Amino acid sequence: MKTYRSYCMVCAGTACVSNRSFHIKEALEREIEKQGLQDEIAVVTTGCNGFCAVGPLVVVHPEGIFYQQLREEDIPYVVEEHFLKGRPVKRLMYSPPGEQTPIPKMNDIGFFKQQRLIALRNRGLIDPERIDEYIARDGYFGLAKALKMKPREIIQEIKDSGLRGRGGAGFLTGLKWELTRKAKSNGGKFVLCNADEGDPGAFMDRSIVEADPHSVIEGLIIGAYAIGANQGYIYIRNEYPLALKRLIIALEQARNYGLLGKDILGSGFDFDIKIVRGAGAFVCGEETALMASVEGRLGEPRPRPPFPTEHGIWSKPTNNNNVETWANVPSIIRRGAQWYSQIGTETSKGTKVFSLVGKINNTGLVEVPMGITLREIIYDIGGGIPHEKAFKAVQTGGPSGGCIPAELLDLPVDYESLSEAGSMMGSGGMVVLDEDTCMVDIARYFLSFTQDESCGKCTPCREGTKMMLHLLKKITEGKGTEEDLETLEQLAHEVKETSLCGLGKTAPNPVLTTLRYFRDEYEAHIKEKRCPAHVCRQLNTYRIDPDACTACGLCRKECPEDAISGGKKQPHLIDQQKCVKCGICFDVCKFEAVCID
Amino acid sequence: MKTAAIDRILERYRGDSSALIAILQDVQEEFHYIPEEVAIRITEELDVPLSRVYSLTTFFKAFSLTPRARYPINVCLGTACHVKGAPRILEKLERDLGIKTGQTTPDRTFGLEAVRCVGCCGLAPVVTVGEDLYGQVEPAQLSRILKKYKEAGSKS
Repeated sequence: MKTYRSYCMVCAGTACVSNRSFHIKEALEREIEKQGLQDEIAVVTTGCNGFCAVGPLVVVHPEGIFYQQLREEDIPYVVEEHFLKGRPVKRLMYSPPGEQTPIPKMNDIGFFKQQRLIALRNRGLIDPERIDEYIARDGYFGLAKALKMKPREIIQEIKDSGLRGRGGAGFLTGLKWELTRKAKSNGGKFVLCNADEGDPGAFMDRSIVEADPHSVIEGLIIGAYAIGANQGYIYIRNEYPLALKRLIIALEQARNYGLLGKDILGSGFDFDIKIVRGAGAFVCGEETALMASVEGRLGEPRPRPPFPTEHGIWSKPTNNNNVETWANVPSIIRRGAQWYSQIGTETSKGTKVFSLVGKINNTGLVEVPMGITLREIIYDIGGGIPHEKAFKAVQTGGPSGGCIPAELLDLPVDYESLSEAGSMMGSGGMVVLDEDTCMVDIARYFLSFTQDESCGKCTPCREGTKMMLHLLKKITEGKGTEEDLETLEQLAHEVKETSLCGLGKTAPNPVLTTLRYFRDEYEAHIKEKRCPAHVCRQLNTYRIDPDACTACGLCRKECPEDAISGGKKQPHLIDQQKCVKCGICFDVCKFEAVCID
Repeated sequence: MKTAAIDRILERYRGDSSALIAILQDVQEEFHYIPEEVAIRITEELDVPLSRVYSLTTFFKAFSLTPRARYPINVCLGTACHVKGAPRILEKLERDLGIKTGQTTPDRTFGLEAVRCVGCCGLAPVVTVGEDLYGQVEPAQLSRILKKYKEAGSKS
C-alpha cells in the first residue's frame, strides 16, 4: 500500500454529509491536484467522527490537526498554508465555548480527551467502504483467533469479559450465547443483529454501522461459530440509507475475501448474513416483534417464555444482540476477557456509546468507560449547556427511560445506578434538558410517542397509554385536577406491571421519573395554572412590551385571530379576549417585544 | 410499464415466502405508494390473502396506500428536535403550505409528515425534503427552502 506524507480524514457520517462534507472532499482533491501534491497528500472519507456539532470536519494525520465548520472556499487556503507552507490554519480550529485560544490537535479537545474507544475504535481512521483498511487495523484477527478456539472457550471468554447487552436490558451476552448453543434444534440456529434503532434522540448504531460495518459482521461470524448457527440476519432501519449502503458493500467484500460463505478461512465453518430492512415500526425493536417481521409477518410481540434462545426466527433457537454488542466482540476475542473486564465497574464492564444531544454545546457521539459520572459526560465532554442556561435534567434510555435531575449529576453511569434512579441505560440516547424545558411537556411528548407506536395487541399498553396521554394533555392545557394526577400515577404503575412486552412495560418511565423528581412542575400546572418553563402555551399570557415594540406590524399581520391592534409608530397591543395563545406573535417578533407572563 | 416493474421486483424474491415486506418496500420505492392493482397482483403471485397486504401496509409506517407528494417534507420530532423547537417548525410549515400534517398540497408538490428521529440529533432541529436534509433549521428559513423546490418543480 502506498504511503503518504499526510492524510486528510474527511468525516462522512450522516450529519457531516448533510453539511456538504462530500463537497469539501472534492474541493480538497481538486486543490491538492492543482498544487501537484496528489502523491504526498491522501484524502480519505471516514465514518462518523462523533463531534457532529462542529461539522463538516477534517482531521489531518499523522499530527491529528482538527479542522471544523469548513466551507469550500476555505479549502485553497488550507491546502496552501498547511500542506505547502507547513502552517496549520488556526482560525479553522476548534476553540471551547467562551475561549479564544484554538486547540490544534483532536486528542487535546475536551470532547475527545475522556473517551475510550472499543466499539468505535476505527471511527475516523478508516474508510468504511474498504475492507483492507479494516484488516490493516487488526480487523478479522479476532475471527481468525476464534476459529482456532473451541466454541465452549469462546463463550467462556465472552462470559468472563462481563459484556452485557447494549440494546437496553443489559442481559449477559455470554450467558445468552450459551443458552442458544445448548438449545435443541432440529434444523439450524440463527444469529441476529438488531439495527432497528428506533429510540428518538439516539444514533449510536447508525454511526457504528456507518463508520465500521465490518466490526459488526466480524462479531456476528464469531458469535455464529460459537453458537453453531449457519445463517445470520441484520435487521436495519430503512431510514438509514447510508448505513444500509455501507453494510451491503461490506458484506460483499467479506464474501469476496472468503470471510463469509462456505468453509470460512479453511475452518470448515459455513455462515452467511442476510439484510432485512425495517419498515418503520418502533415496536420492531422488541425482539419477538422483530423476528415476526423478519419472517414477513406483522411486527407484533408475543409473550415470553419461550425465549428466542429456544424459539426464535422460524421457531429455531435465535441469538439476538444489538449492533454495539456485536461490535464489541472482535476486540474482546482479540485482546482477551481480562483486558476488557478491567474497564468499567464491578457489574458493568467495558465502555458504552452514547449520543449526546439536546441542550448541550458539544452534541455528538461519545464512547466512555462505564462508571463515568453524568457530570463528566455533560460538562467535561459535552462542554456544558449553551447560552449560560441552567441544567435541568438528562433524559436517558429514550421512551423507555427517564429523566435524571441535577442533584444526581454525580451518579456513575452503569446499568444498576441508572435503574435505581428510575431510568435505564437503554441503547444510549442521552438528551440534555435545560431550564427552558417543561418536564410535563417532556412526559407528554414521550407518551404521545409510545401511544402512537403501541401495536395495540395488549390492552394495558393500547388503552393505558392512551388514557395517560389524555391526562397529560389535560394537565398541559391547564385543565388538570389533583385527582388526575393520582389517576395518572396509578395508571402508570398498572401499565408497567401488566403490559405484554418491553414497550408497554417501560412506557410509563418518563411519567414516573418526572413525577418523582419534578412533581412541583406538575403541581404548578394544576394548582396555579402556570407552566414554569413557558412551554405549555395554553397557560401562557402573551403581552407586548410597548418600550421594545418598533411597530413593525409583523405580529399583527401574522396573527390568525386579528387579536393584535396598532398602527404606524404606535406600539402594538394584544386583545386578551380574542387571543387563542397560539404563540405565533412570540415566534415572529424580531425585537423580543412579545413577552410571556 | 407498471407490469414490467412488478415482474422485476417479484423476480428478485422468487421462491422466498418471507419476502412479502421486502417486495412491498420495493414497490413503495418504485411508485411512492402501493397501487391497488399491484397489491392484488402480489397476492396472486405469492398466494396470500389481500387482507395480509392491507394489514402490513397499514401497520408499518414505510407504506402508503395513496400517492405521495413529489417532495415529501419530513419534520423530525425526535427528542432532541422536540426540545429544540421542532413543533414550531411543523406549525410554520402547516401555515405556509396551508395543509395539516399528514396531508398533501392539492398540486401534489409537497406532502407534510412528522417523523420520529432520523438519527441526526447533532443537527437538531432537522427537516428533510425528498432526499435532502436540513439541520439547525430556523422557522424563518423555511420559506426560502420551500421556494427552491417550488421553482425546481415548475421547471420540470
